[in-house]
Amino acid sequence: MTIEKKVSYGEAICSGFQYLLGKYPNVFTIGQGLWAPWYVGNSMKDLDKDFGIERVIDSPVSEAACTGAAIGASLCGYRPVIIHPRMDFMLLTIDQVVNQAAKWSHMLGGQAHPAVTIRSIINRGGEQGAQHSQALHAWFAHVPGLRVVLPATVKDARDLLISSVLSDDPVLYIDDRWLYELEDVLPPVEEIDLVKIKPQVMKEGKDITLVGTSFSAHMCLQAASNLNENGIDCEVIDLRVINPLDVSAVVESVKKTGRLCAIDGGWRTCGLAGEVIVRVMEEIDLGTLKSKAKRITLPDAPAPSSKPLEEAYYPSINEVCASIIEQVG
Amino acid sequence: MGKFKSDLGDLVNPSCFQEPLDASGCSKEVLISQLKMMLTIRMVEEVVAELVIGGEAKCPCHLGIGQEAIPVGVSKLLKNTDHVFGGHRSHAHYLSVGGDVYGLFSEILGKVTGCSKGMGGSMHLFAGDKGFKGALPIVGGTTPIAMGAGLAAKMDGNGDVAVSYFGDGAVEGGVVQESLNLASVLDLPVLFVCENNLYSSHLDIQLRQSSDKVSRFAEAHRMENRVVDGNDVIAVSKATEELLQLARAGKGPGFLEAITYRWRGHVGPDENIDVGVRRKNEDLLAWKKRDPIQRLVEGMENEKLIGNGELEKIKKDIRASIIKAKDEALEAPYPEKSALLDLVYSDKK
Repeated sequence: MTIEKKVSYGEAICSGFQYLLGKYPNVFTIGQGLWAPWYVGNSMKDLDKDFGIERVIDSPVSEAACTGAAIGASLCGYRPVIIHPRMDFMLLTIDQVVNQAAKWSHMLGGQAHPAVTIRSIINRGGEQGAQHSQALHAWFAHVPGLRVVLPATVKDARDLLISSVLSDDPVLYIDDRWLYELEDVLPPVEEIDLVKIKPQVMKEGKDITLVGTSFSAHMCLQAASNLNENGIDCEVIDLRVINPLDVSAVVESVKKTGRLCAIDGGWRTCGLAGEVIVRVMEEIDLGTLKSKAKRITLPDAPAPSSKPLEEAYYPSINEVCASIIEQVG
Repeated sequence: MGKFKSDLGDLVNPSCFQEPLDASGCSKEVLISQLKMMLTIRMVEEVVAELVIGGEAKCPCHLGIGQEAIPVGVSKLLKNTDHVFGGHRSHAHYLSVGGDVYGLFSEILGKVTGCSKGMGGSMHLFAGDKGFKGALPIVGGTTPIAMGAGLAAKMDGNGDVAVSYFGDGAVEGGVVQESLNLASVLDLPVLFVCENNLYSSHLDIQLRQSSDKVSRFAEAHRMENRVVDGNDVIAVSKATEELLQLARAGKGPGFLEAITYRWRGHVGPDENIDVGVRRKNEDLLAWKKRDPIQRLVEGMENEKLIGNGELEKIKKDIRASIIKAKDEALEAPYPEKSALLDLVYSDKK
């Protein structure tokens, strides 16, 4: 029996780029740091050498114009990926993403679609502070016309990138540096229509439904594993795509477990966790709930820099477990 | 007025450049076609003004009456495979590449027969088969997108170009400066066309910039540039030809600054004499004498390129077809309500 080689989440992203650039001549990437890929960990290593600097374009410090450039090229038959190595800097591109790309199809009568992928990286912790740590996926999930994708697994890191780039709509693909060391075996590539990507049950259970995306999906899994010892059997669901948001799998799960806890790496107010909970509450008979729904999020404060404050800011696995124990009762 | 200094000289003096255009050596066929297009644009916009006054058109309509020579002069040099992007005041950009008059009226009236299927109105225009990729109203917002279309054209390697129309206000936004830099650094085949009409929505360029010469930003990016009287269609075409020749040959972007003046207010049919800071009636009256259409007609008459009575017949025919298009657009149906959700993503188109 051969032991299949495991690859990391970061390497899986890179293999997604290799697949896309190798197979599709109309794919290119542009962004800061692409010729010095320590900017983006190992997730784009040597792409410039393998596919040429005309298709892997390192750019001036012009987030908005580079994003616009990718949108413009996507309207002319290309499938560009614009890279924002840190999500905070992506805020400089809001007009291009929200006013232009997201609305392009609708405001021009569905006659043109910007098939652009915006890859943005969440890069938290490490005492980086308020402007280098944000997870703003919920903002973009609020905007009709964008598709927002957050891969949680090694396989999804590669395959959802491929699905994003092959989508005719503007897609925001968000990966998280806290997942880069995650390892798994990669099966062969499957090209899947992004429209068909639905939330998936990562672990079945009967006592409570835990919902997360990206890194928070792994918090859910870790909590489920820890709570096994306490005799609590958690079901874990990874949302994968948060715009358009489909919570039908979560609704079905909560009908079975009677309990819901949504965990999210963003802020609390108007956040993803709140949205998931309210959508489920709208669909189920509240009388069947065994406990009130709960959300675990960041507190409504900017990310701190000082170490003890940072430890208080990000929910720990022990806090998550304690909250679930209390909820299950 | 801060550190303002005028660098445009006579180009911004409305009592200059009122004489007939020099049409010597020009092709009669080309000038007649340019004249027809300028008349079409002006008459269409005059009808749009009536529709606004009459209450039939409700969406914000930004009229470019007085500025017709610029897009007509530029479009002469464009192909359907080029990529053209505009802004909030883009009826003329759309029409001059061959955008349909009925489609424009329908769009302004919110009808499904509109060039954007009734989903955009006056400020969101599309004519894909003519290379008109989109005109959208966030000032400067389509400039980086046009620059990206230029990147696509460079990758295609067919000699196609991208055109970005914007006004003097747009260069005050960061993204236009970023786009000029990128186009220059990446050697992209992009023609930046600044229609410098000396006013943002209401504020004189003297109160907004240190110079009225917008092409100084092209100089800063070592970009080929020309400054022309924007009310001279022959001069606009000549400068465009020079810049596009370089761009199509892979020699990088060009920047055309065309000086002009809009006869109406920022939005709507009013002349807005009392709205613009420093916008005076005597200026407007003088600029109306620098009329791009009248000067072209007189120039053609001087060279015997247009005969007696020919102009009246041209105007009459254009007027009749415009009125017909408007009347049909008024009768056309609105979009189905399903369009509201079906056009958000591509999978339900």
